[in-house]
Amino acid sequence: MFQSRVARRQWMNQMVLILSTGAAILGIIMLVWILGDVTVRGFQAVNWNFFTELPVPPGELGGGLANAIVGTLLMTVFAALIAVPVGVMAGTYLSEFGQHNLFGNLVRSLSDILVSAPSIVVGVFVYLVMVKTTGHFSGWAGAISLAILMLPVVIRTTEEMLRMVPSEMREAALALGAPYWKVMVYVVFRAAKDGLITGIMLAIARVAGETAPLLFTAMNSPYWMESMNEPMANLTVTLFNYAMSPYDDWQQLAWGAAFVITASVLLVTITTRLILTGRSKH
Amino acid sequence: MNPQNKEQAEIKIAVKNLNFFYGDKQALFDNTLDIVANKATAFIGPSGCGKSTHIRCYNRMFNLYKGHRGEGEILFDGQNILNPDVPELELRHRVGMIFQKPTPFPMTVYDNIAYGLKLHGNYSGSELDGRVEKALQDGALWNEVKDSLHKPGTALSGGQQQRLCIARAIAVQPEVILMDEPCSALDPIATSKIEELIDELKKKFTIVIVTHSMQQAARVSDFTAYFYLGKLMEYGDTNAIFTSPQRQETEDYITGRFG
Repeated sequence: MFQSRVARRQWMNQMVLILSTGAAILGIIMLVWILGDVTVRGFQAVNWNFFTELPVPPGELGGGLANAIVGTLLMTVFAALIAVPVGVMAGTYLSEFGQHNLFGNLVRSLSDILVSAPSIVVGVFVYLVMVKTTGHFSGWAGAISLAILMLPVVIRTTEEMLRMVPSEMREAALALGAPYWKVMVYVVFRAAKDGLITGIMLAIARVAGETAPLLFTAMNSPYWMESMNEPMANLTVTLFNYAMSPYDDWQQLAWGAAFVITASVLLVTITTRLILTGRSKH
Repeated sequence: MNPQNKEQAEIKIAVKNLNFFYGDKQALFDNTLDIVANKATAFIGPSGCGKSTHIRCYNRMFNLYKGHRGEGEILFDGQNILNPDVPELELRHRVGMIFQKPTPFPMTVYDNIAYGLKLHGNYSGSELDGRVEKALQDGALWNEVKDSLHKPGTALSGGQQQRLCIARAIAVQPEVILMDEPCSALDPIATSKIEELIDELKKKFTIVIVTHSMQQAARVSDFTAYFYLGKLMEYGDTNAIFTSPQRQETEDYITGRFG
């Protein structure tokens, strides 16, 4: 009786172990498959021209996505320039002054809703507010929709990271006679720095791969941009268009775009990790 | 309540009818006592008796939290510091505080000290160097860190971190230093170093120390106050309190029959 119960438990243990290992392997297979496919096929499409030349009509030799690469970079950078200061300040408000009051709770729930809002909804919203009113697609509209997507992520990570700084640290700095802003800038932000940087980099990496919010805002363009005020080429929408096209050479470029996006997002994530682990060692 | 022999002593802080509230809950009841200048005064009593709450009134630290309020008078050199007209930053410049857990800031040993100094004065580079060294010497830490001034403060041991915090507090030259169980996170050796330091610090500063250790109170303090349930039960000369307490409750607590 006793032995059979032990045997049953051991069997159960084995089964659960096999099932959970299997699930983990399945997940990894999918990931490796996607990454492998993108790398192998994308790598073939990537050459010098890919980074330096403009797109050419299907059938013509050569051509690249230089304008799309620059466009994606520009819009991501401007999105970060808008969303990071606003997000960090809003997160600071939530953590330091809005923990229990009505306005703080309102901001907190709204940004939670915004995190889970489908990105295409943000794209359509910016289309209505900016594109419809100005009468044309633009890089600004693209950057702003990316910024809107980044904002709630930055707000909530900032709040969480600042809250992880123990209140004793604030009290110790205040007890020296420091004004609250100096406590925040020189002590609390510094204590939370690593977490803040990680959060911001991950938010940037996340929006860098977004297509839907750009579709209705920056749209796309086969030309070099002259300003942020006109339709702007970008990797994700180009990838979308080219992958859907019937032309082999465009599909090739789409693979190349997929590879470049994936590689740069990975690069951002890995560099952030490396910098942070390198710093925490000493 | 007055300590004995206080006639010839200078009173640094005179607390009169201090009541304290956490929202609706009253935590201190009519505390009245005098803190003597350049002496160490220990506050003892069981957990939750209000001794920490009491000293956090001396630098208005409670102001950080909503609904916390103190009533009555805390006369610091004759000025009631519970009065909101007394500027908080100036008050905290004059009343330093050491916490239960060491709280080194996330910066180098040097910058930990310099942070406080820069808040209250403009110093040239060499002047700053000198004051940082002086503070670390006064905090009995200089010999251990003089070769690692530019290493992070968090890399020091617990006891060194606590002495760093003491050095940081005395660098800005306060008049009073509040210590809220400064040794409760430290081992006996680190504790004895801090206690020796307190003896030294009394010459320049007025010390108020909250402690759970009766032996520590007996070792470091000149006066002892026993708190229970937010009330000041007995206050007097440390020797007198420990050898012939006037109240039965005090005797029960210090002999370990209670608490």
